[in-house]
Amino acid sequence: MAVITEETLDTPQALASRQARRLVIQDRIFYYLTLASAVFVVVMLIGVMVSLVVGAWPALAKFGPSFVWTQRWSSVKEIFGALPPIYGTIITSLIAMAIGIPVSFGIAIFLTEICPQSLRRPIGVAIELLAGIPSIIYGLWGFFFLAPFMAQWVQPALGASLGKIPGIGLVFTNSASGLNLFTAGIILAIMVLPFITSITRDVFQTVPVLLRESAYGMGMTTWEVVRHIVIPYTRVGLVGGIMLGLGRALGETMAVTFVIGNSHNISASLLAPATTISATIANEFAEATTGIYTSSLIALGLVLSVITFAVLGLAKWLLIRSDVK
Amino acid sequence: MKTALLAGAAATVISLALAGSALAADIAGAGSTFIYPVFAKWADTYKTSTGIGLNYQSIGSGGGITQVEAKTVALGATDKPLSDDDLAKNGLVQFPMVMGGIVPIINIDGVKPGGIVLDAPTLAGIFMGKITQWDDAAIKALNPSVTLPSAPVVVVHRADGSGTTFNFTDYLGKGSKDWADQIGSDTAVEWPVGVGAKGSDGVANTVKQTAGAIGYVEYAYAAQNNLAYADLKNAAGKTVAPSLDTFAAAASSADWKNAKNFHLIITNQPGDNSWPIAASTWVLIHAQPDDAAAAGEALKFFDWAYKNGKDQAKALDYVSIPDAVVTQIEASWSAITSGGKPIFVAK
Repeated sequence: MAVITEETLDTPQALASRQARRLVIQDRIFYYLTLASAVFVVVMLIGVMVSLVVGAWPALAKFGPSFVWTQRWSSVKEIFGALPPIYGTIITSLIAMAIGIPVSFGIAIFLTEICPQSLRRPIGVAIELLAGIPSIIYGLWGFFFLAPFMAQWVQPALGASLGKIPGIGLVFTNSASGLNLFTAGIILAIMVLPFITSITRDVFQTVPVLLRESAYGMGMTTWEVVRHIVIPYTRVGLVGGIMLGLGRALGETMAVTFVIGNSHNISASLLAPATTISATIANEFAEATTGIYTSSLIALGLVLSVITFAVLGLAKWLLIRSDVK
Repeated sequence: MKTALLAGAAATVISLALAGSALAADIAGAGSTFIYPVFAKWADTYKTSTGIGLNYQSIGSGGGITQVEAKTVALGATDKPLSDDDLAKNGLVQFPMVMGGIVPIINIDGVKPGGIVLDAPTLAGIFMGKITQWDDAAIKALNPSVTLPSAPVVVVHRADGSGTTFNFTDYLGKGSKDWADQIGSDTAVEWPVGVGAKGSDGVANTVKQTAGAIGYVEYAYAAQNNLAYADLKNAAGKTVAPSLDTFAAAASSADWKNAKNFHLIITNQPGDNSWPIAASTWVLIHAQPDDAAAAGEALKFFDWAYKNGKDQAKALDYVSIPDAVVTQIEASWSAITSGGKPIFVAK
């Protein structure tokens, strides 16, 4: 015989309390599912860092901190130094930022302030399409078109003009091959352009119309409005966009591997072949025969992660500082 | 919604079935880019006659050695032979497959194949960064009648671990004491100057794209890409051009019979007509392979290649292994066993 309790009856109160219990259970399941997703992300991050450290440990134990400033890279003699890849990564990212930031700002300012309405959509779409091009296509294009173009036209001109100035001339000594830091930096600049542009354009559009119109009404020129009203208002978003672009530039692999020249030598000239951390790992992972070789490559990956985290941390610190005023 | 689901399921099943049939019984191999052109030709013919293909990844000798030691492929190909210790440590058997020549390729306007003569000391100077212009006195001395431009030399070398690099640097070391002392010879060396490219195809491509470039590749890459190559002065002091004849002349003095584990480097061989940078490629197979069927198929392919692949190898300017040595090699295959019994049974 079934037990008859209040709850099993079909009175309105019983129905309501059963419904309430179902909702509470639903809510709890939802809570745990979302908690699990968030925890999963944190666990993944910690897991990746731990596995990087574990994998890199043999190399770090053998070379110590001198791994970071050693210049030699010999897979045969098992002496590995991260300085050339670190140098290449930082320099190509700096070139990418030096070229990418002004151009992105220019595009964003043009699109928000100057561009006629009918052209805004097509140009915006074109920028987004640029972001959609796979990075290996950039690598192919760079190797087959940009590098020969640089070697034939741009580099001789640079070498003959800036290369002759004492001091700066060392930075522009011609090397006759288009596979170098400069070409890689230019390709990276083209790749980070869409990211910085779209974020910059979005934050520019958040500036209140009232603020802008009153500035124009006071007689400020477009440049003055941008410099004194728009950019200070959107500072936080701009730094965020730049950091996004920098993060992409630091980690970019395939495009850079094609055009960087793959040379473990450090030269003062931007026109000399070099290597980056991701290019070294991509080129040499398949044939790392010994434990120390593989471990050194993983240690390079650890160094890159540390650099990226440091850059992001710096960005966050700058933002916090500018907020607390 | 239901029809879409059914269509999706049907498409998945069909594609999996097709994929399954395509993957049936392919021999997996990886390694030397030196041997890739002739392997590709042989595999094509072998597939049409037996239906079994060769899935060969041309990733460089270093990669081939790693992958076969890690047992991800059934066979590895390397232009640098392993030492007896390495073979014993990893339980591998090695035997030579084919011989050929490595040529220096150049890209100078107006210079045709064989239009320039170089020798080991000059090449060592170029690759060490001591000779930086094409109209340097050392190059001019070897080429009195050629107008050399006053353009910078762009050195192109291998970025990955390469048996081609090993043989090339071995030749440079034999010709230049500075090279032997400072840089030495191995599958990867610390190049003082130059741009690195992946694979012999990468080197060929980069030299093709860069004016004033010099690199080194296996001869088939130069011939197929119509790249200009340099003639070399050999050990006997004669200038020779790369061709099947000069490769064969270098290979003829190779003493395979007395080479333990077929370990023999054939650069700088004696003989008036010998090409100085001749090289061989060895195949590596596990002595006790996990997948006996795959190893058996691989050995059958090699047996077929030794007997039926000579014309195709010749067409690509590779020198086939002499028949007497083939007998010696196939006898050594009795060391490749599964369950105590040799996998390969000579027909």
